[in-house]
Amino acid sequence: MANKGWDEFEIGAMLRSFDGVVPNISTIHQEDRAYSLSNSFTASVADWRIEKPVFNKDYCIDCQFCWIFCPDISIISRDKKMIGVDMDHCKGCGICVEVCPTNPKSLLMFSEQTDEEEALGAWPAKDTSKPETKGDE
Amino acid sequence: MAFDKLELRDIEVWDGNFAAAQALRQCQIDVVAAYPITPSTPIVEGYAKFLADGYVEGEFVMVESEHAAMSGCIGASAAGGRVATATSSQGFALMVETLYQASGMRLPIILNVVNRALAAPLNVNGDHSDMYLGRDSGWIQFDAYSPQEAYDLNFIAFRVAEDHDVRLPAMVHQDGFMTSHTAQGVKTLDDDTAYGFVGDFKPMNDMLDLDHPVSHGVQTEEDWHFEHKARQHRDLMLNVAPKIQAAFDAFEKLSGRKYNMVEQYSMEDADVAVVCLGTSVETAREVALEMRKEGIKAGVVGIRVLRPFPFMKIAEVLKDVKAIAALDRSSPNGAPGMLFNEIAGALFNTDTKALLSGYVYGLGGRDLTKAHLRDLYKELQANVDAGKVTTQLQQFIGVRGPKLAFL
Repeated sequence: MANKGWDEFEIGAMLRSFDGVVPNISTIHQEDRAYSLSNSFTASVADWRIEKPVFNKDYCIDCQFCWIFCPDISIISRDKKMIGVDMDHCKGCGICVEVCPTNPKSLLMFSEQTDEEEALGAWPAKDTSKPETKGDE
Repeated sequence: MAFDKLELRDIEVWDGNFAAAQALRQCQIDVVAAYPITPSTPIVEGYAKFLADGYVEGEFVMVESEHAAMSGCIGASAAGGRVATATSSQGFALMVETLYQASGMRLPIILNVVNRALAAPLNVNGDHSDMYLGRDSGWIQFDAYSPQEAYDLNFIAFRVAEDHDVRLPAMVHQDGFMTSHTAQGVKTLDDDTAYGFVGDFKPMNDMLDLDHPVSHGVQTEEDWHFEHKARQHRDLMLNVAPKIQAAFDAFEKLSGRKYNMVEQYSMEDADVAVVCLGTSVETAREVALEMRKEGIKAGVVGIRVLRPFPFMKIAEVLKDVKAIAALDRSSPNGAPGMLFNEIAGALFNTDTKALLSGYVYGLGGRDLTKAHLRDLYKELQANVDAGKVTTQLQQFIGVRGPKLAFL
């Protein structure tokens, strides 16, 4: 943001997410929105991560648990289909992995430097010691 | 949801708390988030009853502490509602962290503060410790000396605070019990006239304006924090006083009741003056008239607006006085009193030769009697006659034990 003087701010500890009017903004996906520079969407916090979640779509059942629980709105889901993780805003907390119900999990934490192909190659097999979840039980 | 109007008599017998509750009803507050504390509880209880009985269209939020009460008010105000609450003493102290949030976020919340002492020792009675605690918080502070003024100043506070050139929260102070629980005749405004004076709430940067999404309560560091604080101080110094004066003028036109930033009583030719706040102003007015019969030209100055402090006006009002007593109803705890300091600051670069002395009085609800004030005026006259302050600069009035004085 420009180097503004005290008389050039709007009053209040307040920042606008957009410059000007944005009717029906809730119907537009984040990546298609013209965010202002003062919106945190334009800032990357990727370097806060030590570990990163890797998504393996082979096991995902699109339950949306990760999307609901992510505290940073960093799970990208479209038409209730899991697409992947917004790696500019994910801080590597691991909550998505924790709540993932599949066996094996569809999201796992790897060190930040791990290559994605390598991570998918090292994916664990189904844990047969865990009971199967059945219907209404 | 429709709401009913109340028919009021021209003069109602109300205590300060009920007068303030009636004003909140007539201003049609959207949200009151509150936690009870003596002696201010009946204000928010009053609003809650009016709401339950269908006289207000709004929301009462019961919270777990005064910190949460002001936090709730901040959220509701940022969302775009007309918001008010009330508190006292320990509750006010617990609110302090959020008071700075409200003013920094420029949210025009009205806080009725029924002034009460601060523990320890615990004490529910009136002094000005809580009012003084709020004086650097960036709020506008109005001081009422009677139930009538507690009623009137609420309307004035909303009108000033919500002005888009101001957008700062405001406190309306009244003395615990002396005003809050003393029933007096209060001249009323009818519901339409009262609401017309404050007008519809005009939102600004409200979170419910979905076409203009905003983040409230953002973080700034050394890069921008100073600029925001500078703007807030600038607006308090320059924008607020003219808006208060305009509101006082408009209110006088509407009601016939005149308010001033600095109230003056018997000051035209006064040699000796007492400067004070709250109910003490009314006692001092009576004593000043009695002293005049005895040949002492006594006057009284009441501070109506504590923040922004009427620095220039105080200097103008006191410039021809020969001896001044600054009365502080809050323990300065290691310094001269607040009023002593503010008045000294206002007069320092003027040509005045006025003798200034400070008095600490009335802590924890201790009475300031007419006899105390008679002695005080005589002491001021003795200072005038001697051409110097004949006592120490800071004295305690009404405390038991040997005479207590400093400086």
